[in-house]
Parts: sequence; C-alpha cells; structure tokens
Amino acid sequence: MTIDLKTIKHISKLSRISVEDSKAKKLAGDLNSIFDFIEKLNELDTENIEPLTSVAEITLKLRSDEVKSENIREQILKNSPDENEDFFVVPRVVE
Amino acid sequence: MTNITSLTLSELVKNIKDKKLSSEETTKAYIERGEKSQDLNTYITEDFSNALKKSKIFDQKPNFDLKLPGVPIAVKDLFCTNGVKTTAGSKMLNNFIPTYESTVTQNIWNEGAILLGKLNCDEFAMGSSNETSFFGNVQSPIDKDLVPGGSSGGSASALAANLTPITIGTDTGGSIRQPASFTGTVGLKPTYGSCSRYGIVAFASSLDQAGPMSKNVKDCALLQEVISTYDEKDSTSINFKRNEYSKELTNNIKGMKIGIPKEYRVDGMPKEIEDLWSKGIEYIKDCGAEIIEITLPHTNYALPTYYIVAPAEASSNLARYDGVKYGFRSKGENLIDMYERTRSEGFGSEVQRRIMIGTYVLSSGYYDAYYLKAQKVRKLIKNDFDDAYKKVDAILTPSTPSAAFKIGEKTNDPISMYLNDIFTVPVNLAGLPAISIPAGLDAKGYPLGLQIIGKAFDEQKILNIAYAMEEKIQFKNNITDWWIK
Repeated sequence: MTIDLKTIKHISKLSRISVEDSKAKKLAGDLNSIFDFIEKLNELDTENIEPLTSVAEITLKLRSDEVKSENIREQILKNSPDENEDFFVVPRVVE
Repeated sequence: MTNITSLTLSELVKNIKDKKLSSEETTKAYIERGEKSQDLNTYITEDFSNALKKSKIFDQKPNFDLKLPGVPIAVKDLFCTNGVKTTAGSKMLNNFIPTYESTVTQNIWNEGAILLGKLNCDEFAMGSSNETSFFGNVQSPIDKDLVPGGSSGGSASALAANLTPITIGTDTGGSIRQPASFTGTVGLKPTYGSCSRYGIVAFASSLDQAGPMSKNVKDCALLQEVISTYDEKDSTSINFKRNEYSKELTNNIKGMKIGIPKEYRVDGMPKEIEDLWSKGIEYIKDCGAEIIEITLPHTNYALPTYYIVAPAEASSNLARYDGVKYGFRSKGENLIDMYERTRSEGFGSEVQRRIMIGTYVLSSGYYDAYYLKAQKVRKLIKNDFDDAYKKVDAILTPSTPSAAFKIGEKTNDPISMYLNDIFTVPVNLAGLPAISIPAGLDAKGYPLGLQIIGKAFDEQKILNIAYAMEEKIQFKNNITDWWIK
C-alpha cells in the first residue's frame, strides 16, 4: 500500500490539521514506512477471532444524571482563548 | 541531616514521623536541589512557593498517621492539578489551568503529600525519549546528552537525580517502565482499571494507566497502595479488593513458577541484555522459585497492533483540541480554517503523525482492514498471556531491547524509536500489571532493567518477586552530580 499526496490531503482534511505542501512529502514517507510495518498483521488469519475492545471485563455502569459541580463558569471561561461575559467566542459561522 | 534528598521515601517518612525532619526542611531541600538542576529540564511548572507554604501549614499541625506525611512530590504534567497549569508537554495546553484534580493526585494529597511541581514529558505522552515535548527535551542524570526515556522522562530524570523522593507517571505502551529502566529506577504499570484515569490527559483510553515510580520496590508498593482506588468517575475503574501492598510485601517467593518467553529473544538484541536476562533467571532460582520456558507466539505482532489501536484512540481523544473552549488558538479566516490552523500550529509533528495514522485507520473503507484487524490480533495477544498463566505465576523479560541512547539518535526514524517499546507494549494490550526494576549496568555504566509481568490484579505477587530480586541484585546507580550548578 502507498499513501500518496492526495491521500495525505484527504487525511489532513478529516483530521482538521492543515499540512503545508512542503511538509506533505516527508509525512507521506513516514506514514508509508509505518504502514509497511503495520502490514505484518496480514500474515495472521483472524477470520474467527472476536475483536477485543476492552480488557476491563466489566459492564459499563449507569448513574443518575445529577449536577455535582459547583457553579464555576468564570474559572472555565478563563481558559478560553476568546470569550465574552457568558460565552465562548468563535469566528462568525452565519452571514 | 545533610543529605535529605538522597533518602528513599520510606526513610524520609520515618524521619518525619520521628520528628527528626520537618516537612519544611524536607521541602526546602528538594526545592534547592531543583533550582540547581535546571540543566536537566525536568520541570515544566515549578510550584515551589506554594509547596513551601503547604509544608509550613503541615508542620503547624502534623498528622503522622498519614502515609505520605508532609512529603513533597513532583508529578508528570499529564495529571490535571486544580489551579496549577497542566500542559501535557504541548503548546496546545500551554495556558491551561484545570478547574479539577485528577483522582490519582488527589489520593496522594489526601495522604499528606505536597505538590512540588509538574514534570516534563513527551507531548501528550507520545514518545520514548522525551524529545517530543514542546518545552524541550529532558536530559538524563545518568550521562550528558543521554535521553531519560519516555514518555515519563521528566519523572524518571527527576527521581534518579533526587529532585523528588517518588513520582507518578503514566504508561500507555511502556512510558513508565522504559524510562525507569533507562534511569535505574523502579516503575510499575498497574493492571488496567486499577488506578483511575479521571483527570489524566487522555492518549489511548483502552491502554492508559497511571503508576508509581520510585527508588526501590518498597516505596513503589507504598505509592501503589495510595494511588490505586476504585473511582466512579472513571467508567473503566474496576472494583476489586486492593491489598495494602507495602504491608504485605515479602521476599518469600519459594515455589513460585516464573515463565521465560522465548519470543523475547529478538534479533539484534545486545549481548548485555541477553546476559542480564540470564542473570535475572539465576536470581529467581536463588530465591527458590522455579523457571519454566513458555511461549507467547504473537509477541511480534504486538507493536504493529499497538500502532493501530493507540493512534486510533488518540485521534478520537485529541479531536477535542479545537481552539474553542480552552488551550491554544490560531486565527483563521473562518471556523474550519481556525480549527485546521490551531491543530497544525498547536500540535507537534509526532502528535500530528499519530492523529493522522489514527484518522486513516478509522476512515471509511479502511476500518475493517486496520482497526478491526488490530482488535482481533489484540485478542490473540491476550490469549497468549491467558494460556501462559495456566502454567506460571509471573513472567520475566528484559524491560527494553537496549540501554538509553543519545539525544537526537533516533528522532529521524519513527520505527526505530517505536522498537524501544517492543517488550513493554504487549502488557498494555493485554491490560496486565508489570514492573521494571534496575538489574545492572552496561559497559558504559548505563542502567538496564528487568520486567516482571503478572496476571491481572496480581500487583502484590510481582512486587514480591521484584522485592526478592532487588535484594539479590543490590543495584547501585552510577550518578555523579555533574549537572549541579
């Protein structure tokens, strides 16, 4: 399998990470060597094997939906790169 | 008391309880040494003046019933600390101040410990040499220009250099055990579900575990006892009977069966590692335990499996860094442009690479071929261990395929960097506990470690084996204070 520059552009879009053209080639090279390494898994027949999603052999617990945190809006907003009094601010999305 | 910082945790606690040392005196000693050790670049954030204040408060009304009475401790900067900047080694979180505390650190403070500061690590814990941190690489105290290992490299370096008496790290594929091995310290990766993941910056959620790092096995047992609690805030925290590991610690391992997996004899492994392993086997026999050859046939498939599962989970976990609610933001022409620039400028190259691998293996048309395949192979790897544990109590392997390497030596070749974790990754995939203990020095005087892998929830047993071996090994780290200014 080969990851070409077109695929890099596609992954870049899906992962919302812009990749400059100057860096795309090196990235493609790195990803190709990693995927060559990963291809080793194809040596194995896994037809009848159950996939392992978690090693924690427990059923996820449910809990009642109760507010436990105090009102710390100010502290939370302080971490925001851009905010006004009550909201997170993002670039305009509707004209 | 002249040399406070070279004491082990147990010695320190005893001195504080016997009132031979105050918390303030102890805290001051670690702060002074930390200030003289800037060249190691272990700290991202120092919280020294607060630490001093807290130590004075402790001394005014000391509670000696606590397990870590007034003991100052620095922790990996992957644990959220309420009101203290938490960066995960990334530009993305360079200005992030958590409004909550991770359960593991809260457990430590509840036992009387005091935060010294936050220790450097690979960015989002992705790396094996602590060279991917936005805050610069960490220098090992073992030798100039040597890596401390990673991702808990700041933790390992600070511990080995006596800047903290114990510390905590996180281990997704070897990030506690490999740096412990590189710096001649002890590191335990607990069973998945043993220590809460609440408040730890997430990397790969089905693999991440926090764990203790210490100068000896007894300290490791004590810290594990403190940090391992059931926590309803972590949906995969497991409610099992936890031992008082330090109280139940014994060097009597007579009659135990220890497995030696032949697949861990990898091509190109230095003779020094091979010899170390043989010596380890002799020590086990000297302790009256029995050696049994075992097979873990899918060992060679663990790293390729890991490099699908871990990036896939990381790509999902790191989707939250969008520049909106917290962290770094870059200006963009519109919302999408803002996201893309933020993530391109905020993440370093290794993190971007892993997000992109993860995105690709989860993308439409490739999910079955990569992600599902990897989950199936993960099952085979776990089955190998399940079969082995029908015959043995624990497994002995080297911790790493080589000693520590020079800064810059492996940064250009991701695969050669990933191969560092060849002996540690299978443990995470199977969710097992494993401990790395220092077992010898190579020709250059660099530490080498041995790893003991246990059944799930068998922390006590591997701590006991490590304790028995430690007594036989009598490891002495070869550290001169060359970096002190």
